[in-house]
This record gives sequence, structure tokens and C-alpha cells, in this order.
Amino acid sequence: MKILVFMKQVPDTAAPISVKDNQVDASKIDKYAASPYDEYALEQALQIKDKAADTKITLVTLGPARVREMIMQGLAMGADDAVIIKHEPAKHGELVEPNDLDGLAVANVLAAAAKKIGYDLIYTGTKGVDDDQGWVGIAMGELLGLPLVAGARSTEVSGGTARVLRDVEGGKEKLEVSLPALITSSQATEPRYPTLKGIMGAKRKPVLEWDIASLGVAADALASRVERVALDMPPGRQAGRLLLGEPNDQVQELVRLLREQAKVI
Amino acid sequence: MNFTLSAEQKLFKQTVHEYSAAELKTRAADVDHSGAFNWVAVRKMGPLGLLGLTTPEEYGGAGVSAFEAALAIEQLGWGCGSTALSVAAHNSLACAPIALFGTHAQKEAFLRPLASGAGRLGALALTEPGAGSDLAGGVKTTAVPEGDSWIIDGSKMWTTNASVADLMVVLVRTEPGSGTHTLSLIVVPTSAPGVTIAPPEKKMGLRGSPTHAVSLSDVRVPLENLIGVRGNGLQQTLSVLDGGRIGIGALCVGLAQAAFDETLSYAKQRHTFGKAISQHQAIQHMLADMATEIEAARLMVYEAAYLKDEGKPFTQMAAMAKLFASQVSERVCYNAIQIHGGYGYSANFPVERIYRDQRLMAIGEGTSEILRMVIARQVLGV
Ligand SMILES: Cc1cc2nc3c(=O)[nH]c(=O)nc-3n(C[C@H](O)[C@H](O)[C@H](O)COP(=O)(O)OP(=O)(O)OC[C@H]3O[C@@H](n4cnc5c(N)ncnc54)[C@H](O)[C@@H]3O)c2cc1C
Repeated sequence: MKILVFMKQVPDTAAPISVKDNQVDASKIDKYAASPYDEYALEQALQIKDKAADTKITLVTLGPARVREMIMQGLAMGADDAVIIKHEPAKHGELVEPNDLDGLAVANVLAAAAKKIGYDLIYTGTKGVDDDQGWVGIAMGELLGLPLVAGARSTEVSGGTARVLRDVEGGKEKLEVSLPALITSSQATEPRYPTLKGIMGAKRKPVLEWDIASLGVAADALASRVERVALDMPPGRQAGRLLLGEPNDQVQELVRLLREQAKVI
Repeated sequence: MNFTLSAEQKLFKQTVHEYSAAELKTRAADVDHSGAFNWVAVRKMGPLGLLGLTTPEEYGGAGVSAFEAALAIEQLGWGCGSTALSVAAHNSLACAPIALFGTHAQKEAFLRPLASGAGRLGALALTEPGAGSDLAGGVKTTAVPEGDSWIIDGSKMWTTNASVADLMVVLVRTEPGSGTHTLSLIVVPTSAPGVTIAPPEKKMGLRGSPTHAVSLSDVRVPLENLIGVRGNGLQQTLSVLDGGRIGIGALCVGLAQAAFDETLSYAKQRHTFGKAISQHQAIQHMLADMATEIEAARLMVYEAAYLKDEGKPFTQMAAMAKLFASQVSERVCYNAIQIHGGYGYSANFPVERIYRDQRLMAIGEGTSEILRMVIARQVLGV
């Protein structure tokens, strides 16, 4: 079986984020990492491979030269090979916006790559933790005309069918889809660490580099249909409020504030 | 010397760093408070190669260089001093003598299970109530051959890992007198009848790394458990300790780096007299010195590891690296607490624990005084 796992490199959750001219100031970002949902996707794919050794996992990513680090890590975790679709973000003045293609444009590129590589099953994360829009996987499924399961926690594959477990509010749901299909992952058991053996072998695994142009994506499929008009940092945290008085009064006041001001109870 | 990391070394370092951040750092305070060994984390070390770092691949180890092992131990020390010390001792004190001096059969029997990470850890028992720095003159534990067994009697002190280990390499006197060729190293399973492991010592720091007094009373092990050459135990021990010192140096660098990282973010966020304390020149000078000394210590550790990997003499450099790195971790942690002010003295802030943890590094695997003796002998050529 052939599985494609689409991964995106995003600013590390610990990297400092600042906003200038409605864009994230990429020059301040000192560390990138695989989007955690994509790591879940890879872990789910690896669990299928753990059970069926003839499974082949190909990582696919779209991004600048730095994505090679993430690809190396994915290969060290156990993927078999990788395709990097080269894309240096456009420069806007001094700022380099990491994401200058909108979700549909990205989905168009990735869908073209998927067709070129071939697949039985495609994984993406439910969303990238940078833009948090969550539409690339879903749009890709639509473009490829595939059955889609969003927000999977685990997958079992047998005889051309994938049985998917997903979380629903307060419970669990089991779905079945016939392959080929596209699954977006929202969780998995903790993604594995690369093994030392995997690390030492990662560089010998094939990594192809493609240009977007070589995928024959029409120019209008790359045009952004959505324009960002504003991007703001969340407001700074307000100072805490100290409740004074007798414990009884404090509790009553606390309950009142939780109910009337915070509206959480 | 070129310390540019290859792509694999970078990924290895990053993987161990992430592992350490997720599995060790998050539980370091708990481990310190409870004294419980962090088995949850150690169980995940096998596939990462961390339990057989320099053990050859043919015996199930990772077979990494001393340099790569130092990279890994620094990252473990950065996460949790206790767990890092136990793992460093397992690798460079318990696995190393078997890897260096053991026969093929001994490596198959003892080293392979240790390196696989499937079982428990290893320990090295040198120190005794009356023998620490002076092993040659002080070791009283004896091993006497009888039939096809050694019969071992005596007491050991300060044995790191004894209660979490499957086996101990024990320094014993096999020959009469107290000459330089009267000691030997023998492998003793911790489950052997006659081995009694006392409750863990109550320590200033490193409380998640169990240290034990061990008594050996009429313990019988097969004659084949003697490692290397009978009577060469002291020489074998000293060369094992040379390697171990690189690991302790790396651990010091990791501890110091952790204290520095904590301090840097604290200094940016704590305000006095209308500005962040990191804006006060006195604090900046401390931070600058800390960063400088950490880098110097790290390079000395790298150099010692490099010499070892090149097969060159490294006794002096390893002693220098451990001596200096333990001084650096002391000074860095001292200033880390100073910059934290009162909060640095609180058990709720990590620098308090790291300060206690690093204090051992000037004592274990050769006190600073003994290291100066080693270095002086080398520079004087005596
Ligand atoms: C947490 C911890 C873990 C340990 N783990 C292990 C372990 O796994 N295995 C093991 O075998 N041991 C272990 N040890 C023991 C450690 O290696 C010894 O404590 C150390 O070697 C010093 O020996 P000692 O304590 O007997 O001190 P002593 O040798 O009695 O030394 C006391 C003081 O005298 C100084 N001194 C001694 N001789 C000289 C000299 N010739 N010139 C100048 N000064 C001198 C020393 O530097 C020291 O300051 C551990 C100790 C601790 C605290």
C-alpha cells in the first residue's frame, strides 16, 4: 500500500511571533518545526506500516529550503522517501511572509503532486498550527474526488477499506471508507521519536525536489482568492484582580464574577 | 578539530533535546521531590540508542563516537540531572569496562542486555567506606577463587543505580598485598544471593538517581565473570574513569545551560527600578560571563571527546574538561540563583534544584583535587 503524508513546517510553538503591516514578521522566527497535526498524521501512517511491512510512506511538503530538516526527521521516524515542492515565499518589503499562497492554491499544488506520485491513502493534519485555517486537506480531498474523513485519531486498514476512529464531542465515532481516501488527523498516540538507526539511515533515503511549475498547475489555480485585511496580536494579559474580605464573601464574589463577567458557569 | 555537526549529528542532538524536554525536564522537579527513578522516560531511551551509546553495534549498542555521546549526555543533563547521571553511569561506568576489556562471551552475556534497554541498568561499584580517592590502598572487598567460582566479601558505598541495575561491575582485591596489580573487576548480578542493597542515600541533590551502600557476603559468581586481566583492575578502572569524566563534563555543561536558559528568561521578565533586570549592567555582566564560560567548558569537553575518538591520549584533557566544567556549573548556578533573587532560593524554581544537582560533579568520578593531581602529573611529566 502507498501512503502519502503531507506535512507543513510551521513556526515552532515556542518561537517569538510578532506582527508588522498585517503580516507575521518572519525575520523574528528563530525556529521551525513540523505542524503537530502533521506529526499525528505521520504517526498514524507509521502505525499502519508497523502492521503491514509492505506499506510505503512518502512525505510531501511545500516550502523553502529549511523544510529539509523536517523531512529528515520524518524519514528518521520511519517514512520511506520524500518529495519537496520548492517554494520560497514572496518577499513583501522587508518582511517574508511564510504563507503567501492561500489554502486553495496550496491544495491545488499538493493535489497535482499527489496525482503525479500515486497513492492508496493520503494523510494530512487537520490544520497547520500557523494559519489555523484547516482547509488544505479538505480542499485537496475535493480536488482529487476522494472520500474524506476529517479529524481522525487512529486508522486500521484491511482489504481496501480504512476503519477510522475519531473523537466527537463527548464520545467516539467509527467510520469506514473505501480506499483511495483522504484522512486528516487531529490526534494519535504520541508521535514516536526517531530511532538512532532511523537517524543514521535518513540521509540515504531518496528525497526528490520538484518545482511548482513542473506540476502543470494553471496560473489561476495559484491566485489567492482571499485577501487578508488585518492581522493583530492578541491583546496583552490584564492584571489579575484580588478579592478581599471574609472567605465567605470572597467565594460569593468569585461565583458572581465567574457567572456574570467571565460567563463560564 | 572541527566541531561542525553533520546532518545526522544535528538530528540526533535535536531528537535527544526534544526527548529531554518532553520526558525529563517536565518531570525533573517530581523526580527530585519523590526520589522515584524516572523509569517511564528511561524505558523510551533504548530505541534512541541512549542506553548503549558507545557500546559497539555488534553487541546491540548505538556505536556512536565519544563526541556524539557527549552531545547526548549534555542534552540529558539539560533536562534532568538525576536521570542524566544514572544514564551516564550506566553507559560510561557499567557498559564501558565490559566493552573495553570483556571477552566476546562476556559482551554477549552482559553487554548486549544492558545496551538493548529492555532490562534494567548497570552499575560500577568502586568506592567503599574506607576507599574513595585512594582505591589502590583502600579497597577491602575481596574475591577468592574456589572451584569454578569467585567468592566475594566486602562492602561498597555510593553505588549509583544499584537498586535499578541488573548487574554491577565490582572492584575487588584478588591478590595479596596492596600493590598496583592486586585488584580486579568482576561482574556481579544484583540478584546474586548475598548481595544486599541498602535503601537509597539521602542526598543534597540528584535524588532521582539512586545511590546505595551494597554489602556482599559470600557472594558466588562464575570465574568467567572476571573482566579483562586478573590483577589489572586498577588500571582498567582508571581508564574507564578517563572516559567517564568526559560524560560528567558534558553533564555539567547541560546543567549549566539549563540554569542559564532559566535565568535568561527570568531576567527579561523581572522588573526593578522601572526596567527589566536584564537591562541592569551588573546583571548583563553576569549573563555574559555565564554564556562565555559555558561555551568554554563545552569546547573542552568536545576536545577531550575528539582526542578519545582519534585514539590519542586524552587522560589530561578529560581531567581538565571535568575540572573546569564542574567549576563552570558551580559559578553559573550560583549566579543563576543570584539573578533570581529570593525566588532562586525557592524550591519552586528549577535553578535551586540544578544548583544542588551540579554540586556532585566536583566529587564523583575523581574529586577536583584528584583531577588536579592527574593534570599536574601530566604537565610535570612524572
Ligand atoms: C551521588 C554520588 C554518586 C556516586 N556514584 C558512585 C558510583 O556509581 N560508583 C562508585 O564507585 N562511587 C560513586 N561515588 C563515590 C565517589 O566516587 C567518591 O565519593 C569520590 O571518589 C571521593 O571519595 P570519598 O568520598 O571517599 O572521599 P575521600 O577520598 O575520602 O576524599 C575526601 C577529601 O580529600 C581529598 N583528597 C583525597 N586524597 C587526596 C590527595 N591525595 N590530595 C589532596 N586531596 C585529597 C578529596 O579530594 C576530598 O576533598 C558516588 C558519590 C556520590 C556522592
